[in-house]
Amino acid sequence: MRALPGGARVYVGIIVVSAVAIVLVGPYTGIDVGTLVLMVVLFVVAESISTHVLVDVKEAGISPSSAVALAAVVLVGPVGAAVVGFSCCLTLRRQALVKRTFNGAQYAIAGFATGHVYLLLGGTVGVPNQSDFPGIVLPYVVAVLTYTLLNSLLIGALMWCLGLTRATPGRRPQRWRPLIALEVTSIGYQMLGLAIAAIWGAVGIVAPLLILLPLFIARWTFGQQTAEARAHEATLATLCQAVETKDYYTRGHCMRVAEGSAMIAAELGMSAERVQKIRYAGMLHDIGKLGVPTKVIQKTGKLTDDEYAAIKLHPTRGYEIVREISFLDEALAGIRHHHERLDGRGYPMGLVGMEIPESARIISVADVFDCLTSTRSYRNAWSVEDAIAELRRCAGTQFDPRMVEALVRAVSREGWQTPDITEPPGGRYGATEDGDAPATGVPAPSPSKNGAGTATVAESTSAGVVTGGQDR
Amino acid sequence: MTQQQSDGPVPAGPQGGGPEGGALELQSRGEPFWNTARPLRALLVAGTGVAALVALVGTAVNGVVDPHVALAFCLVIAGGELARITLPGHRESAPIALSGAISYAFLISLGGEPVHHGVAQVVAVVALGVALGELPHVAVGRSPRVEEVARRVLTALLLAATFRPLAEHLSLTDSSILVALIMAGLVVTAWLVDVGLSALLRAERLRTRLWVATRDEARAQVATGGAIASSGVLIALACTVTGPVGLLVFSAPLLVSQVAFRRHAEVRRTYLETVRALSRVTEVGGYVENGHSRRVSRLAHGIACELGLAERELLELEYAALMHDIGQLSLREPIAGGATVLSSPREQRRIAELGSAIIRETGVLDNVAELVRRQCEPLRGDGDEGVPPLGSRIIKVANAFDDLVGDTREVERRTAVIERLRMDTDSEYDPRVVDALDRVLDRA
Repeated sequence: MRALPGGARVYVGIIVVSAVAIVLVGPYTGIDVGTLVLMVVLFVVAESISTHVLVDVKEAGISPSSAVALAAVVLVGPVGAAVVGFSCCLTLRRQALVKRTFNGAQYAIAGFATGHVYLLLGGTVGVPNQSDFPGIVLPYVVAVLTYTLLNSLLIGALMWCLGLTRATPGRRPQRWRPLIALEVTSIGYQMLGLAIAAIWGAVGIVAPLLILLPLFIARWTFGQQTAEARAHEATLATLCQAVETKDYYTRGHCMRVAEGSAMIAAELGMSAERVQKIRYAGMLHDIGKLGVPTKVIQKTGKLTDDEYAAIKLHPTRGYEIVREISFLDEALAGIRHHHERLDGRGYPMGLVGMEIPESARIISVADVFDCLTSTRSYRNAWSVEDAIAELRRCAGTQFDPRMVEALVRAVSREGWQTPDITEPPGGRYGATEDGDAPATGVPAPSPSKNGAGTATVAESTSAGVVTGGQDR
Repeated sequence: MTQQQSDGPVPAGPQGGGPEGGALELQSRGEPFWNTARPLRALLVAGTGVAALVALVGTAVNGVVDPHVALAFCLVIAGGELARITLPGHRESAPIALSGAISYAFLISLGGEPVHHGVAQVVAVVALGVALGELPHVAVGRSPRVEEVARRVLTALLLAATFRPLAEHLSLTDSSILVALIMAGLVVTAWLVDVGLSALLRAERLRTRLWVATRDEARAQVATGGAIASSGVLIALACTVTGPVGLLVFSAPLLVSQVAFRRHAEVRRTYLETVRALSRVTEVGGYVENGHSRRVSRLAHGIACELGLAERELLELEYAALMHDIGQLSLREPIAGGATVLSSPREQRRIAELGSAIIRETGVLDNVAELVRRQCEPLRGDGDEGVPPLGSRIIKVANAFDDLVGDTREVERRTAVIERLRMDTDSEYDPRVVDALDRVLDRA
């Protein structure tokens, strides 16, 4: 490891020295050496597999080997558990010596302390008999909790010494949820340690192998699933972008709307799964534009009735394309209704107020926000502040104020990636056509960067921008 | 119960086309099952059904040994069956039910008390549990694929028939390693038999080659099989110490695996659905005829099965076939009528290149991009790259066929188009692929 800060060096030193002391001092009386050796081998194998085979798994925090460590607490007592924990140093993996030693020492101390807690509460060391059974469960459960807590504390202290947990102001609170899920899974894995201990006497070394195999297969499958999900996302994004190539100005629009929608959804405290769905819906929201003839989309002059009608069809078209993607379920409505307005003047169905599905209200805000902050064939990009002011102005008539405020909060915290496209190669589409003031009737509020243009922007602007055409 | 299921009309697979389900799914025509196009499946289902019925009657007549144990296992099996999952490739699996069945077949003693159930009772308990677990599914219209249910019962039957006679002579006090080894050996054998059986069924269903199907099945079932088998053996061994509680506790690792399997299958399904749905953008955009991509992909799948492509290649082929026209999105205006076969070779090449570039952009579908890129090369390929991959040749034929035939179902038109493709088999189309197409159409 690179040069450690002084505080961390002292901390690691203390942990390692105390772990070595525990292991050296013993006492080793009453510990079955055969069992101890098998446990060590098992622990090292489990750790090695989880780091080698399962590199791709994101939730690296849990590893089935903790079940072995806790089985060691029951089978070989505190000192034995310390030895098993320390054997983590022997794991086959690429890791710096300091980190390796610290990990081993940390597991050793956690195992040792857990062992004593277990003994204090009346747990017995050795292969549990049938008569031990209901009584052993309580000390074991407490031991599991102690072990989890101690490990987190020891790591947390190291992180603190390294200065990695300096409070990053305003992180999203939702991040706790996956962490809690992780801990619960991890505790579930560790409960199996008791199972390993219980059948150790009857079936010996075969038992943990049989228990760990499904767990490893599960972790491997989770890894596969993660990879597949990534591939899915990449494919989805690429196909969406392919559709966008029809209009130079909307490049990257779908990805930014996806991000914006996800930011709003997360800000509203929706579950990770729902956020993801809304993200996908945001990505796909304009897929129906493909059904609109290219020349209509790229047109900068006034639209005829027919052309406007063609544009109005795109949410429905989009919905028809993606409705077979079953996992999107409620987010599908978001695609269908992302041009509805709170006052009922939107399309395709003219829904009013809260009749509009939540996902549609989210996507609509993100969509307009990105339109405003990016360059169009008929006007230059607005600054984020101007766009926010415009969204706020239309909140209540066009947008749900909750969504607007959520977007404002999220953007002020995390910033917003504005597109860097300005001019398409070969000039604007409209350059050759007559200079008819496009979109809004307000001559492109071009130098709005100074904020002066905002006041002149009629309400129709955003509506016009949304349709990619104009409001009439 | 199992018997009743086998007598009923063969449930038509609602899964639609694609390698994950099987294009050109053989339709149920409401005929009695002995008139089926899939005799092996009927045989398996009927045989297992009869065996289960005999076992049930036998057990009912002779009385149940250790009824509490039987009940506990029956309930676990029913619960596992209720929670069955569908794995990629429309493989139904009920890990917990199967491992419960395995452990019941392997059970020697429970909490120190030896158990004495025989082969017939194992089969009866498993069949009853499976039937109970399937009842709610059937009630809401999600009938199981009977052959998969039959395979589960059959596995239990095989294991019980080989292990129960031994069980009386074994005890766990002296040589537990030996017992574990015997169980492991038996369970591996049973897995091999099951893979062979499912490969036979798959070959029959998709009309693909047996050895290809065997490889596919072995690959698809190695992870589930490993998890199920180890849990089954574990439960049987652990219950000797812990009593019936072990049945629940030691199902937990498998439950974790099952969750993982299910989520993986969901992502796979979603991926396919997404590509299927988005392949329609070319239709909505007016670039190609309605349903073209899907018809090409179904045809390509049928041809590919006929020619013995492995499951992985089938999936890539389906993606490629669905997206083969995606390059048209880069055209400013649609080709008239959208039929690429009628446009100039240069234009076709350009569309293929553009489409391939889009697909390559994903970073994960390089093989698919390659298939799309070379889809319109002549039989001997052009340039120095040699013969295009089989998948590309299949797409070329399927695409040409669909462009020329369209959505019609007229037999004469189809025959005429096949003849036209045949005339070009010395330069343009692969004769093997055209022959396979002919056979696929004959069957449909």
